[in-house]
Amino acid sequence: MTPAIQPILEAKGVTKRFGGFTALDGVDFAMAPGERVALIGPNGSGKSTFVNCLSGALTPEAGIITFEGRVVTGLPPWQRARSGLVRSFQIPRPFRRLSVIENIEVPLNFALAAPPPQGKAEAALAILESIGLGAKAYASPKDLSQVELRKLELGRALAANPRLLIADEAMAGLSDAEVDEIVALLEQLNAQGIAIILIEHIMRAVMRFSQRIMVLVAGRKIADGLPGEVMRHEEVERAYLGQ
Amino acid sequence: MSSTASRPAPVARPAPRVFSLPVFVIGLAIVAIEIIFGGQAGEYYLLLAYVVLQYVVLSVGWNILGGYAGYVNFGTAAFFAIGCYTTIALSKLAEVPLPLSILAAGVVAGLLGLGTGYLTLRLRGVFFSIATLALAVVLQTLIVNWSFVGGSRGAYILRPDASGVFTTYVQYLLVVMTVLALIAILVSIAVERSWIGMGLAAIRDDELAAEASGVPGLRLKLLATTLSGALMGMAGAPFPYLITYVDPPSAFSLAIAVNAIAMPLIGGTATWWGPVVGAVLLGTTQQVLTVTISSAANLLIVGIVLVVFVTAAPAGVVGLVRSIRGGRA
Repeated sequence: MTPAIQPILEAKGVTKRFGGFTALDGVDFAMAPGERVALIGPNGSGKSTFVNCLSGALTPEAGIITFEGRVVTGLPPWQRARSGLVRSFQIPRPFRRLSVIENIEVPLNFALAAPPPQGKAEAALAILESIGLGAKAYASPKDLSQVELRKLELGRALAANPRLLIADEAMAGLSDAEVDEIVALLEQLNAQGIAIILIEHIMRAVMRFSQRIMVLVAGRKIADGLPGEVMRHEEVERAYLGQ
Repeated sequence: MSSTASRPAPVARPAPRVFSLPVFVIGLAIVAIEIIFGGQAGEYYLLLAYVVLQYVVLSVGWNILGGYAGYVNFGTAAFFAIGCYTTIALSKLAEVPLPLSILAAGVVAGLLGLGTGYLTLRLRGVFFSIATLALAVVLQTLIVNWSFVGGSRGAYILRPDASGVFTTYVQYLLVVMTVLALIAILVSIAVERSWIGMGLAAIRDDELAAEASGVPGLRLKLLATTLSGALMGMAGAPFPYLITYVDPPSAFSLAIAVNAIAMPLIGGTATWWGPVVGAVLLGTTQQVLTVTISSAANLLIVGIVLVVFVTAAPAGVVGLVRSIRGGRA
């Protein structure tokens, strides 16, 4: 399933150990610009470890990660964010003592190559409007609801002008209607040309959103392909439904 | 959800200017008052004002790292003392004018901050604080064993005569310290209102998320340690001329380390004026108590006030003012 064109992201043989525990075992992965890929797997299968290796929060013991043809394996997270490889967090991690708009201004200040032409405050407001948080621009993140915090998390990632967005469980704990809101938001971002990796447990969202699904089980990639095919895969069924 | 249809589009609020003209003008006015009337005032009042302003510089400097970035530095006394001893070392070599000593102290203390930061800033939270505590101990041991600057016996320094518009040398020292305080406050305002302050605030709230948003964590923290260290060192540079005899216990005083943390905490660490309010309130109270009750009551009072504030008003005077106004900033 390796894309024929130059991949935006390529991981080869990524291995991460914590002491004697191998969290990731030689994972290969590639994705094309603008692609929508879901990364699924049971709890503890290494999804978040993989995301942390891709985004720079962890450095793998072995393997190479290239982003847009450039090796990023040893780069710190902030340099990856600046080059367009941006993540959001599983549990929303807003800057609690900054206002909502300032949360957006942080990546506008630090992740962009050049300041936005219309000015940072205007650009931040435009982003907040696009994710439906315009009215809360000067509120504190403490006053936001769960779904609004998730949106803020995505908005902050969006402000870094990503070409690849890794959305780590952006919908966990949300109601059905709220899940649809977030999926719609992700689709809207993808339509602007942003490739998206979605890490998710909610299969309804995964099936609706993804063009391709990759499955991790116990640190190994056991399947990678079209959603329909992957879900019929014997090992995936076993991992999800038990034997 | 609120009715989004009828709501007017929000307008971007203008960002505050990095250079604060009102603060600059007020600072200059205070300097002018000191020059014009300082000659008539009793020396005690000049000393009192000097000590309070010294604490303004220390706590504003401390707050750049401790308040904005959330990295608590227990080693203020090390930076203050390195400033003192830069002056002493220079005075042993040649007759160096005070402003030059202050500049040199800023450079030396800034480098000390940079070096300490480079070695310790990979440690997060409380581990960083412990490392800074060790810094003060190591540095004091070095000074005690360095006979060129007096070692454990201490060193005397001769006060030059007052010259120019100044009636006494203490008046001159007061004006110098006022200018330093003004510089420290203007630097602090500039940091707070610029991208640096925003990056530091993001680090303070969530370092991992800040890095994911492109904030170069280590670089910004190093910048903050350097600036903070330089300001605290500059606060120490005129000190030998004030007391004319410096030994390691007076330069590495516990009062300095405690006050530099207590004053920003009592005033409030989120803004530049919190440490200023804290330093003026606590500094003045201490001086008054030293005269009226006893000098030993000094630190006791700091301890009590600190405990009261940390439990009753964790956001300091700044937080109290904001909650009385009825809203967040």
